[in-house]
Parts: sequence; C-alpha cells; structure tokens
Amino acid sequence: MARKEYAFYPGCSSQKGASASNYLSSVESMCKTLDIKMTEIPDWNCCGASVSYAEAGELPRHVMNARNFALAEQNLPGQDIVATCAACWLGARESKERLEHSNVLMADTQEALKEAGLNIKVIPEVRHMVEVLIEDLGYDELKKPVKKPLDGMKFAGYVGCQTNRPFGIHGESFENPMYLDKLVESVGAEPTQFDQKVTCCGGALAFSEPDKAQAQIKDIIEAAYDSGAEMLVTPCPLCQANTEVYQGQINKKYGTKFNMPVLYYSQLMTLAYGGSAKEAGLDGNVIRARKLEEFAAK
Amino acid sequence: MSDMNQQMTARYKNNFLKEIEEQAEMGDWVKMCMQCGVCSGSCPTNFHGGWDHPPQELFMMIRAGKRDEVLSSNSMWQCVSCYNCYVRCPRKVPITHVMHGLAEYAYRLGKAPKGQPTQHLSKTFWDNATKYGRVNEVKLTQSLYFKDGIGSGIKKALEMQSMALGLVKAKRLNPMEAVGGGHKCKDLKGIHAMLAKARELEAKRKGRQPA
Ligand code: SF4
Ligand code: SF4
Ligand code: SF4
Ligand code: SF4
Repeated sequence: MARKEYAFYPGCSSQKGASASNYLSSVESMCKTLDIKMTEIPDWNCCGASVSYAEAGELPRHVMNARNFALAEQNLPGQDIVATCAACWLGARESKERLEHSNVLMADTQEALKEAGLNIKVIPEVRHMVEVLIEDLGYDELKKPVKKPLDGMKFAGYVGCQTNRPFGIHGESFENPMYLDKLVESVGAEPTQFDQKVTCCGGALAFSEPDKAQAQIKDIIEAAYDSGAEMLVTPCPLCQANTEVYQGQINKKYGTKFNMPVLYYSQLMTLAYGGSAKEAGLDGNVIRARKLEEFAAK
Repeated sequence: MSDMNQQMTARYKNNFLKEIEEQAEMGDWVKMCMQCGVCSGSCPTNFHGGWDHPPQELFMMIRAGKRDEVLSSNSMWQCVSCYNCYVRCPRKVPITHVMHGLAEYAYRLGKAPKGQPTQHLSKTFWDNATKYGRVNEVKLTQSLYFKDGIGSGIKKALEMQSMALGLVKAKRLNPMEAVGGGHKCKDLKGIHAMLAKARELEAKRKGRQPA
C-alpha cells in the first residue's frame, strides 16, 4: 500500500492531449517516487472555472462541483480530493465552503444531484497538490529522494493568483508566499528575487481581450529576466500556458526577445529525482528547456 | 425592454440596492463597502487601460440608485478573478464575486453591453464544458476565434497559428478533438438533467421567470 492515497481531480487541461498533459506526466512520476497514490475520481466533470460566471449563474456551478464531491465520497471514501489545477482547486473549494455555509444552497444542490442519482453526505476536503507535498509530506521528505540536484540553476517562482488567493497555502502570506521558492531550493536550485511572483497574468482575458492580458504577461517575463532567472516555474496549468505560449506574440508587438521556458514544480522534482526528460514531460514545453533536457540526459 | 427587466423594475421600483442585494450573487455585501478605495488600487486590469467605474465606484453608484449606468457598464466584465481586492478589503467584501454577480445579473436582464468579449467567452466556455462534461479545448478555441465571423476568425487564427502549432507539436492540443474525438463524461444524461434542475431551482429561489 502507498503511504498516502488521494482522490485525484485532474481537471480538463491535464487530460491526455490537452494543454497541460505534460503537467500530468510529471505529477505521475513525482508521485511514484514519493509513494503517493492518486486514483482518478471516476467520471469526474469540469468545475466550470471562474470565467463561466455569467452564463452559469450560481447554483449550476456549485452543482457541477458537487457531482465530483459525491462521486469521490462514494467511490473513494475517506480520501481527500486533490487537484493539480489552481482553478479547479479554487472552484471546488469555493463550492464546498458555500454549500457548507448555506442550508438553502445545500438543499437545492441535493435536489439537483438526485437527477443524476447522487447525493452528498460529507463533502471531502479539497486540496491542491502543493498542499499535499508541503503539509502531508514536508520539505524534508521531498528532499530525501533527490539524486541529481539542479545545482546552479536559477528559477523565478511564479505563484500567480489562484493558488495564492483567496485561500492560499496555510501559513503563507498573500503578498509574499515562500513555498514555491522553498520547493525550488529543495531540489537544489536557486530561487531568484522575483517581484512579480503574485501578479495576475490576465487569466481568461488572454482569450477575450488579448492586448490587456499580454501587457501584464510582458511585465511578468521582463521581471523574471531582471531577477536573473533562466526559467520560470509555476504551480498552475493556466499560469503556465499564459506565460509560455504568448511570448512570441509579445515579442512581435513589443520588439522584445523573450524566450524563457516555463516549467512546473513537478517537472523540476521529477528531474531531481533522476527521472528522464520524457517522465518530466519536457517534450511538452513549447519553449524548449534545453538546459534541462541536457541535464536529464546526463 | 426584456420581460425580466420589466418584471424586476416593477418589483423593486426605485430601490436598486435592494434589487442587487436579492438578485446578484453576494449582492448583500454592497452595503458593507466603506469607500476606502483599496480594491480599485489593487485591481490589475484597472491599470492597463482602466475601468470606467472601478469596484469602489460601482458600489457607490449602486447605493445612489444609478441602475442603468451600473447594469450597462463594461466595467465588471474586466474582472479576471485574481482575488487581489478580495483578500485586501478591510470590510471583507467578496468583491470578486460581487463583480461576477453584477455581470451575471446584467446579462440575464439583457442590459449588458452588446458584443462584450468576456461575456461571449463565458457563454462559450460554459456551453463547451457542460455539453460533454469536460472542456474540449480545440472546439473552444475554434468558437472563440470565429466569433466575429469567418474573415476575422481566419486573421486571428493565422496570428495564433504559430502558438497552436507549438502546442500540437508538444502534444498539448489534440486536433482530433475537433472531429468528434476528445474527452467526455459517461453520464451526460445525468449531468444535463442535474443542470436543468439547478437552473430551475435558482430561478425559483430568486423569483425569476424560468428561462
Ligand atoms: S478549471 Fe479548467 S482545467 Fe480545471 S476543470 Fe475547469 S476547465 Fe478543466
Ligand atoms: S492563470 Fe493567471 S489569472 Fe489564472 S491563476 Fe494563474 S496567474 Fe492567476
Ligand atoms: S476595498 Fe472594500 S471597503 Fe474599500 S472600497 Fe473596496 S469594497 Fe469598499
Ligand atoms: S478580482 Fe477582479 S475586481 Fe478584484 S482586483 Fe482582481 S480583477 Fe480586479
């Protein structure tokens, strides 16, 4: 038996062939090394994400999350739900809070769930993968399996918003959370002094109003270069995508020369634990992390 | 004027604050605002370009009964759910959710600005996510680029082409999703029935005519 077991909520972007599929592969190898068992919630559905607010309204959004709660409770009793996507984590956790604080919402939710043959008894805890690493294992445990420290490499830890606000990681401040820097240190690399660590990248506006979002992303990447970082590291698939895939367009628009790889913490950990480039999902980075590819091959 | 707008105008007469308290998600927090301005100063999308009416101002306008100006404003649609304001507000007003609540209510009433891009994204995203229970990223991308018609869609798609090709090469965008592949939930019937029920219950609770 694994030392820890969780009900896994991968979220749409971490499925096979989706935009964060390389996050998924690195999380899988990282968990294998750490002896963590993640069982996918059977037939889980999308949380709806924040941006659906106008079309969805209130109850339908909570009901989508409630269905996942009911499925987890029924199929994986006693296990916490763990999300890898900040948006899924936030959406689910928010629904959990609202339902637990409002008898009216809860009653309506149960009535709607009945239509899908489900019901909720106790809503499981909803946690982010990073919380599991830090709180259930701790930095020392995370350091133990390190075989190849990422010596001398400099990363800007981009926490972004939704892993940080409104819930955040217990004990961390909203303005200057340190956990990502500490994760970078635990694999032997060096976190830089990065003043845009919690700046919003523009989120869904990257789609609906790209000029505004790209102006924000430009500030973030610029600050990462200024801090002396070679690469960016994030805990969230949306932050990852937004800071990575628009660099080319920003270069065209502003005449910049951005070409900064954007990694997940789980990719760094997989590599430090001796994993291959493939296990770390390096083939999934649009801006190739050549230095890490060479490192993995050594 | 839409039927629902007529219905609500008649019900709340000139008490716009009460209307927002009862109809908009988290609207009952508006009265707690003490006009300190921290939210407007914290808002990232209020810097680039700026909002016509930042959150603090919207709250003041609601209390002043400026119904048309608030509901037809483009401002709350600029909220990207970054929760900066939310964690800083000294009165603990859940500003992010009030912004979403105002936008949602304006949209239901038919008062939201025509062609508002984030409104379109919201609908496209939710429809996409609930149709199969999970987001189909390729179809989502397609419907977003082609929203202004074929010509502008092709232009945008070309601009985005290098980015999309990069994602395909990195196996992070699966073109098969566009032609019927892609991810789906098994119990779609259950999901759709459950959502229909939820919409019905929400309309009932808020005393709105079911859509
Ligand atoms: S937030 Fe995004 S990734 Fe997470 S479940 Fe929703 S659509 Fe999927
Ligand atoms: S994608 Fe952007 S808006 Fe969303 S959590 Fe990350 S930084 Fe924040
Ligand atoms: S921060 Fe809070 S109290 Fe201050 S203006 Fe904004 S909503 Fe009002
Ligand atoms: S949550 Fe919305 S309103 Fe608040 S600071 Fe962020 S973008 Fe602005």
